[in-house]
Amino acid sequence: MSVLSAPRFVRPRWLSLPLMVGIALVLFWLVATVAAPWMTVHDPLDMVGRRLQAPSWDHLLGTDALGRDVLSRTLHGARHSIPIAVTVVAVAVAIGAFLGALAGFIGGIVDTVIMRLVDVTLSFPPMLLAMAVAASLGPGLENATIAMVIVWWPVYARLMRAQVLEVREREHVEAAVASGATQTRVLTKHVLPLCWTPVLISATMDLGQVILLAASLSFIGLGATPPTPEWGSMISDGASQFYSWWVALGPGLAILTIVLGFNFIGDGLHDYFDPRSK
Amino acid sequence: MNAHPPLFEVRDLRVAFGRNGVFAEAVRGISLHVDHGEVLGIVGESGSGKSVGMLAALGLQPEGARVSGSVRFKGRELVGLPRRALRELRGSRIAMIFQDPLSSLNPVMTVGDQIAEAVRLHNPDLSRRAALDRAKDLLALVAIPQPDRRLQQYPHEFSGGMRQRVMIAMAVANDPDLLIADEPTTALDVTVQAQIMEVLAELQARLKLGLVLITHDLGVLAGHADRVAVVYAGQVVEQAGVDDLFARPGHPYTRGLIASIPDMTAQSERLFSIDGTPPALGRLPAGCPFNPRCVAAQDICRREAPPLHRKGDHAAACHFAFSATESAA
Repeated sequence: MSVLSAPRFVRPRWLSLPLMVGIALVLFWLVATVAAPWMTVHDPLDMVGRRLQAPSWDHLLGTDALGRDVLSRTLHGARHSIPIAVTVVAVAVAIGAFLGALAGFIGGIVDTVIMRLVDVTLSFPPMLLAMAVAASLGPGLENATIAMVIVWWPVYARLMRAQVLEVREREHVEAAVASGATQTRVLTKHVLPLCWTPVLISATMDLGQVILLAASLSFIGLGATPPTPEWGSMISDGASQFYSWWVALGPGLAILTIVLGFNFIGDGLHDYFDPRSK
Repeated sequence: MNAHPPLFEVRDLRVAFGRNGVFAEAVRGISLHVDHGEVLGIVGESGSGKSVGMLAALGLQPEGARVSGSVRFKGRELVGLPRRALRELRGSRIAMIFQDPLSSLNPVMTVGDQIAEAVRLHNPDLSRRAALDRAKDLLALVAIPQPDRRLQQYPHEFSGGMRQRVMIAMAVANDPDLLIADEPTTALDVTVQAQIMEVLAELQARLKLGLVLITHDLGVLAGHADRVAVVYAGQVVEQAGVDDLFARPGHPYTRGLIASIPDMTAQSERLFSIDGTPPALGRLPAGCPFNPRCVAAQDICRREAPPLHRKGDHAAACHFAFSATESAA
């Protein structure tokens, strides 16, 4: 009998290095979202020490202008940013995919109305439109969430419509029609199940983009209100304490890593689903 | 002639496609019929309008196409029938098989679910389990081994021939009266073609199906069709019983088609082919549409479109049909 060898993990081809890094980063922040109170020593809202302390063993990322622990605030920030990102993308996909599928499948006047609405919305720079909506609704994370849904759904509507237009011309759809399937059945059973891949890839990458936009809105004061530990408003605090570089470092790194993580995963999904990359 | 109306009768069917208000006819008045339990072969080149015509007869024309004429199924007019009524006929009384079995199955549904769907579309009260049982029987009917296991597989796990068997199983799921098979073997290997034709022929005989077999291979029809309609440039140019057609082709186009069937016994090195290409949509030559490619074209062929000459059940649209002097091309 040969020497027993420990079972070795063989990395499948689609599991690239960036994808693994992405999964690790996102996993870390998901854990923080759930477990931030148990991962930190200090309360994010308590003034726990002298103001603007440089990083030390007591405060790994220092303290901010009010003497609050930056590391604790950064980890707690995930509890705001990530649920918002998931909500915005989920609602935007639901609205966008539904309207886009209708536009592509029914065509005609329905298509025209929906797609012109999409064109109008997409003709605004996303930041500008989100600012305008958020400003008119008033500050607060809920309003920022609504603003971002309004900015984002047209992206998915356009994507879904393009997919439906492509898939509905395939022969199995004609075969389903020829066997007497109703329009609704053709759409839900034979068209939509083949349309989700690009939407899934795009949604994953957009999770990062939404976090970035949410932080941007908070940065200019249209998102989170003090004292909420939100990354954008924390960076904004740091910008006014320019020589205390650590104040902005925590939330800055947080945004960087989470956006990078989602992008890596999105890229990985793209490679996984793209037959040419295999 | 007989008291019963034929199972399926198409009269002067025309299909026109429009672009910018200008319409061009792809099907220019096709008339044919199929009786209960009869196999009608429709043969013609790509673009001759044979597929478009039969699809349009079932209300499956592309968007924006104009369909006129009369299509009767068991005496009931189908042209102008509401969408809902047509849908109820399709898949239950009239079924279709498409050319490419590779793309005619939904890639993300198991084969069992797809056949069960075909069954339940027209028997909404049937349970999922009962429909799957029926699906299993249907797979056995088209001679797929291990139907139990096969039911749970996806189309990509089936070979081309197996997929076409699945399509056939779906088509006969609701005991249709009429089956329209649009080039059922074209996308398959030659060896598999024969098997599929055998399955089709056996089912046709057992279920007493009226079968319309659309193909561009006259050789396939020789063994399986009762009657043959030859379509050229959107019209039926010849129609006859299969033996009669092969023995006494009345139209030079038919003669050309017969001559181009490879003959395994002949010593000749080259295959016969008909020169030229079929006329483009909306650019028909004057007179007989076949005249530029016809070896026997006369002046009259370039001036006048030929009427349909009849001789018993045999009809051919050629000025010189059935004239004794004609010899095989």
